[in-house]
Amino acid sequence: MKKVLSILLATVMVFSLAACGGSSSTAPASEAAPAAEAQAEAAVSETAPAKDTEVVQSENAMDPSELTFGFIFLHDENSTYDRNFMDAAKKACENKGVNYLEKVGIPETNECYEAAADLVDRGANIIFADSFGHESFILQAAQEFPEVQFGHATGTMAHTEGLSNFHNAFADIYQGRYLAGVAAGMKLKQMMDEDSSVEPKVGYVGAFTYAEVISGYTSWFLGVRSIVPEVTMEVQFTGSWYDEALEKEAAQTLINDGCVLLSQHADSMGAPTACEEAGVPDVSYNGSTKDACPNTFIVSSRIDWTPYFEYMIDCVLNGQAIPADWCGSIETGSVVLTDINEAVAAPGTVEKVEEVKAGILDGSIKVFDSANITVEGKPLDSYMADVDTDPNYEKDTEAVSDGYFHESEYRSAPYFDVMIDGITTLNAMF
Amino acid sequence: MNNKTHKEPLFHISRKDTPVWWKRFGIRIIAVILALIVSGIITLLLTKLNPIDVYLTMIDGAVGTTRRIWALIQKTAMLLIIAVAITPAFRMRFWNIGAEGQVLIGGFATAVVMLKLGGKVPTPVLFIMMIVAAILAGAVWGFIPAFFKAKSNTNETLFTLMMNYVAIQLIGYFVLEWSVPKGSGQIGIINQKTQEGWIPSIGHNAYLINVIIVAVITILVAIYLNKTKHGYEISVVGESQNTARYIGIDVKKVIIRTMILSGAICGIAGFLLVSGQDHTITKDTAGGNGFTAIMVSWLAKFDPLWMVLTAFIICFLQKGAGEIATMFNLNLSFADIITGIIIFFIVGCEFFINYKIVFRKSEKEVAA
Repeated sequence: MKKVLSILLATVMVFSLAACGGSSSTAPASEAAPAAEAQAEAAVSETAPAKDTEVVQSENAMDPSELTFGFIFLHDENSTYDRNFMDAAKKACENKGVNYLEKVGIPETNECYEAAADLVDRGANIIFADSFGHESFILQAAQEFPEVQFGHATGTMAHTEGLSNFHNAFADIYQGRYLAGVAAGMKLKQMMDEDSSVEPKVGYVGAFTYAEVISGYTSWFLGVRSIVPEVTMEVQFTGSWYDEALEKEAAQTLINDGCVLLSQHADSMGAPTACEEAGVPDVSYNGSTKDACPNTFIVSSRIDWTPYFEYMIDCVLNGQAIPADWCGSIETGSVVLTDINEAVAAPGTVEKVEEVKAGILDGSIKVFDSANITVEGKPLDSYMADVDTDPNYEKDTEAVSDGYFHESEYRSAPYFDVMIDGITTLNAMF
Repeated sequence: MNNKTHKEPLFHISRKDTPVWWKRFGIRIIAVILALIVSGIITLLLTKLNPIDVYLTMIDGAVGTTRRIWALIQKTAMLLIIAVAITPAFRMRFWNIGAEGQVLIGGFATAVVMLKLGGKVPTPVLFIMMIVAAILAGAVWGFIPAFFKAKSNTNETLFTLMMNYVAIQLIGYFVLEWSVPKGSGQIGIINQKTQEGWIPSIGHNAYLINVIIVAVITILVAIYLNKTKHGYEISVVGESQNTARYIGIDVKKVIIRTMILSGAICGIAGFLLVSGQDHTITKDTAGGNGFTAIMVSWLAKFDPLWMVLTAFIICFLQKGAGEIATMFNLNLSFADIITGIIIFFIVGCEFFINYKIVFRKSEKEVAA
């Protein structure tokens, strides 16, 4: 017993030292109360996600140096997904002159809530979490700290929760994927022209059979098919958002199955690496993989989160409400393509992509155009989507009108989960 | 060994009697100081940061605010209960590395009851059902490998390890099946609006009840192991199964009974994680604590009361290391390196407590 006591005593002593040393480095308490009040008055029952990035400059705006933006990342910078958020976060904070705080490697458990609460203690006025599974923990923190603004990527709950300090955001990434698909289609066409034995079959490594993934691979496929009408696609799922070994294995399965060109929606370097090893052209996601895969990388679409982060900062500085649901677009600079790798891409790709992009911007091209989509042989002229998240998957919103599927218009996070003709899912159990 | 004909090696290692408590304590303190010096040098070389700042940040990260202290206590409690749970099995030399799976399955059972019956039965009934489900699930996960060990002498290490994967895959399947929104692979916080089946906060403290439950279980297990007939039987089986048989202990019965107990406590840990902390179930719910607990139990020489300290040290290091990554924008791996060095020294110093190095110089006997 004496031993226990003496050790306890020693630890307590170390602690009291620690407490003294620690308090000096703690940031001063936040001053975001005016912003919160302004927001409480703002209505949050908008049905469509907001798209604007302009903020009215307020006279009694906060000084940017008083503002702290805290970020919660699922992995570290080795994940292409998190890397994309980190780069944008640092850039936005630097551009706006606000303080930057980060927590990396935060799993989708109570640790996410603890991380958020700890950021609040450290004086963060805005907190943003990057992973889908963080959402309910961020919501929990938002309920507890009404004076702090919480943002969350890819989430689905904010537009129905009605909390003034909890916000979802996403972007029209399906348009970016469509453009990347066009670039892939150009490459496929070139391959088929050069060698008539090339089968028009492409492959896609997906994470889960979740709307965001389905919307992603379908828009990419439609982009390819706009160039090569006879193309078909196989999709292999991994059942994980980040698993390098599984993603590589899935890519190899597709390549062995005769897919001549690949793309993916999974966050590691697994699929691009497999493509580079097999010499199969690849369209990656979340950022360029050109350095690691110089001989196969064509192009990558990604969401640039900088405009949204800057918008959030401006809103808080000027005491303006952040919309519950925000959807970035090509216009806001949120949906971007990386530079096309000229060494791999077909000649004329850059021009073609620009042409299609202009078509999307002026509205003459709709990605999910009913005329281009059939489901079991029937045209897609009506579809009830599950926009308001609930455990019963209740189909609540008619998404097809005016001849196309309105993706990301009723909620920023994708809800296109239609299995269209031309795409075969190899392992739909996920 | 003959000194005259053979040249003795430069040094050899021999076992020594356990030194008195202050010597043991001193050796450990020296180990920690050495660990801090070594990781300080590495920090300086690799990052050019002042090691003192790094250590202060570490301490700040672990206990810098009231919230952090509570988070640390909760983390320690969760690691402690799992370490305490596996200890009876370890004392009988039954290498149960299946705590991760036993915790997960207990948590899963809790989550199923919360999900399917939350709001449909009165709250006290719901809690009783959650606890019973968790204990049963954990006990079954402990019973299966013990049964096969007792009946056909299967390898318990492999068996319990495999049971982890069964639990993980089972949860993976149902999490997908019940995911919200559809296909997303996550259940999200269960009963977020009603808080049905959540262990309530006391005052503003969400973790107090968890901590009290863990403290009570730790004390009960300590008494069970040290003061009861069952505890004695476990020790005898651990020392020698033949001796145990000779003095009339039913070894098979002890193995099965002890593993059911181990599994049941792991089940309670799963219940506390789901009902008192995460309020959801994922494959990450146990977070590797089922394996870390082995180290905690071992470092404490399978004594539940000492585990309070070993669990605390490990959680302190983990919490502090995370803070280093945040404050200095270092990769998390760097924090892991520091933690690794410190734990290496702490584990390594046990060698100097149990063994002595005898150098070649045979006139004088080295004092034991």
